[in-house]
Amino acid sequence: MHLSEPYWIKTRRLTGLLLIIWITITFLLSWYADWLNQWQILDFPLGFYMAAQGSLFIFLLLIWIYNRSMRRLDAEYGIDDE
Amino acid sequence: MASSPRIKKYYLYYTGSFLAFVGALALLENHGMPPRWIGYSFLFFTIFMYAAIGVMSRTSDVSEYYVAGRRIPAFFNGMATGADWMSAASFIGLAGTLYLSGFQGLAYVIGWTGGFVLVALLLAPYLRRFGEYTIPDFLGARYGGNTIRLVAVGAAILSSFVYVVAQIYGVGVITSRFVSLQFEIGVFVGLAGILVCSFLGGMRAVTWTQVAQYLVLIVAYMTPVAILSWNVTGNPMPQVVYGKVLSHVQQLEERIFNNPTEEKVRQLYQDRADSYAQKIMQLPESLNLERENLSSEINRLKAGDSQMKDVVALERLRRELPQDPDAAKMRWESAMFVAVERAKPPIHHGEAFPAKNAEENLAQRINFIALIFCLTVGTASLPHLLMRYYTTPTVREARESVFWALLFILLLYITAPAYAVFAKHEVLTNLVEIPIAQLPSWVAAWSKVGLVSIEDMNRDGILQFAELSLNPDVIVLATPEIAGMPYVVSGLVAAGALAAALSTADGLLLTITGALSHDVYYRIFRPQASTQFRLVISKSLLLIVAVLAATVAAEKPGTILAMVAWAFSIAGSAFFPALVLGIFWSRANRQGAVAGMLIGTLVAVYYILRLEMEHIPWLAHSGIHMDPWFHVQSTSAGIFGVASGFLTIIIVSLLTPAPDGQAQKFLERIRRTAKAD
Repeated sequence: MHLSEPYWIKTRRLTGLLLIIWITITFLLSWYADWLNQWQILDFPLGFYMAAQGSLFIFLLLIWIYNRSMRRLDAEYGIDDE
Repeated sequence: MASSPRIKKYYLYYTGSFLAFVGALALLENHGMPPRWIGYSFLFFTIFMYAAIGVMSRTSDVSEYYVAGRRIPAFFNGMATGADWMSAASFIGLAGTLYLSGFQGLAYVIGWTGGFVLVALLLAPYLRRFGEYTIPDFLGARYGGNTIRLVAVGAAILSSFVYVVAQIYGVGVITSRFVSLQFEIGVFVGLAGILVCSFLGGMRAVTWTQVAQYLVLIVAYMTPVAILSWNVTGNPMPQVVYGKVLSHVQQLEERIFNNPTEEKVRQLYQDRADSYAQKIMQLPESLNLERENLSSEINRLKAGDSQMKDVVALERLRRELPQDPDAAKMRWESAMFVAVERAKPPIHHGEAFPAKNAEENLAQRINFIALIFCLTVGTASLPHLLMRYYTTPTVREARESVFWALLFILLLYITAPAYAVFAKHEVLTNLVEIPIAQLPSWVAAWSKVGLVSIEDMNRDGILQFAELSLNPDVIVLATPEIAGMPYVVSGLVAAGALAAALSTADGLLLTITGALSHDVYYRIFRPQASTQFRLVISKSLLLIVAVLAATVAAEKPGTILAMVAWAFSIAGSAFFPALVLGIFWSRANRQGAVAGMLIGTLVAVYYILRLEMEHIPWLAHSGIHMDPWFHVQSTSAGIFGVASGFLTIIIVSLLTPAPDGQAQKFLERIRRTAKAD
């Protein structure tokens, strides 16, 4: 395959990086939710807050970062899908 | 359709007129319009609106019919995805689940939103760049051949059909509760509501009605809880302030749950459970004994000068005794399980994994994670959602529409836990420890339809927490009354629930008919069919599938609601490994993908059947029940299905020849690795 293609390599690297962050937020934080609950944020126990709101905002942020980076990559490599 | 700013203006007018309609009804209610008429007005006005949009978007163009001509701007595709995604279960059921299971229920909130990150990163841009019509199309082009296409069609129908039946069932429930239509008539009103959008205009009409339905459902979901929040805390943003309410709830829980009276009531439930267990052990004698006891009691009453109605009541009890020991066992067992549940110390709302011992704690943790996994992967695999990413004009807009979709969906999912906490606050402050005769009126109103039940176990005339049982649906449905709002707000909630059910049903129906008419009929049987004839086939199939689904829903199948939870596991196991490896691993080949999709689905179905069924009647096979693997419940069967799907694709692909040049060309196109194209 054209693994030397820089556009695809960079896309994959970005995807992998964001995916690792996503896995950490989704699974690691949830696994330790009871431990996180010893702290408070905006009157919520932290573990509860992350599951009910915090993670959701981070998900939105991850997609936003992906879209912005991909827009730049597209411009850099002149990728223009119809 | 017209340009984006003009569409925005249309929908602004639409939202304005909807709000004016709600305001007018509120005024009319003030002047004595009966609640029933308010219910009818909501039902017919909203369905009329959707029908109008459906008729205006009618089309006879294949691309318009299947993918809305790929002209849906990212913002509106996001809104349509929101309505497509949020079903009757999200709208009505989620808040109730969170009320009953506290922290553990948040797995649904994370799972149903987290899946969109997978859609954004792994699938949406590639599906759009491929740019055909269905998900089986994508798999067929990547791996080649009709086998994979047929397997994909099968999996798409398997996961979508029960889901669409559940939506139509939901419409029946909503209409029968709010406008007191008969359930079966409600189902066919729902069917009409679905067909007016999808039949004439396919994807194009469904998309624009879904946008309208999103607006109705989000307004309907936010309004009651915002007013309740204003009443309780003085702040109309429940999402922001419910942390404070939660800490108040936790204090109340500390005090109430450990109260000696509560413990006494739980002990009474435990005693009841024990007595059922004993009766089950002593079958069949216990059943005869029960009958004899009742008979002698009846004779004693008849001999004395007691009232006739007491005798009649006892005679009815005797008549309703189970006929034979098997029936007795089944009935007493379920009564025993109910009693056991209520004898348990209640869940503290904010506490994560509140188990007594280390093993139970681990089981809760594993199930929380496993459910999140299945729901995220299932989200990224359900064909009716993925199809939406074929409808944007460009790849870039496909990516952006995932962002908008998550934003619009998140509004509902961050509100649902607030509903649950406010409901618990209401129960703990205004219901528990109050004399049963003085309970607020909404309790009696919802007891009548069986969604609330109260049993004064210790006969002290005062409600204990353990004596109250709530059906999950009641949380959202009763919130308007809890907050003391006029009936028009209840009607609004019903309209929102209806919008959620109809929009999801529309998307699912298009997926099923697309798979049958496009993938099976056109691609496999008659590639030479004219476009006009393809549309005729599509529309006829749509009608047939819709009527079939409504007929099944009218039968009120009890298991259908449980089956929806399994749809995520089945869709995830079937599609996720084949789609993701198909894009990111060039060595994946046809043999691997076919084997992986089949084995992944079979593993998930096998696990569900072995856990949920005692015996399979039509196979005369009994005693198949097994213990779960690693404590994982059947709703999370997908964790094994997805894992075995990935493994199978990798192993089988490596054992068979590398894919041919066509697959390479396909990958070059969707990854943009080719120099020029």
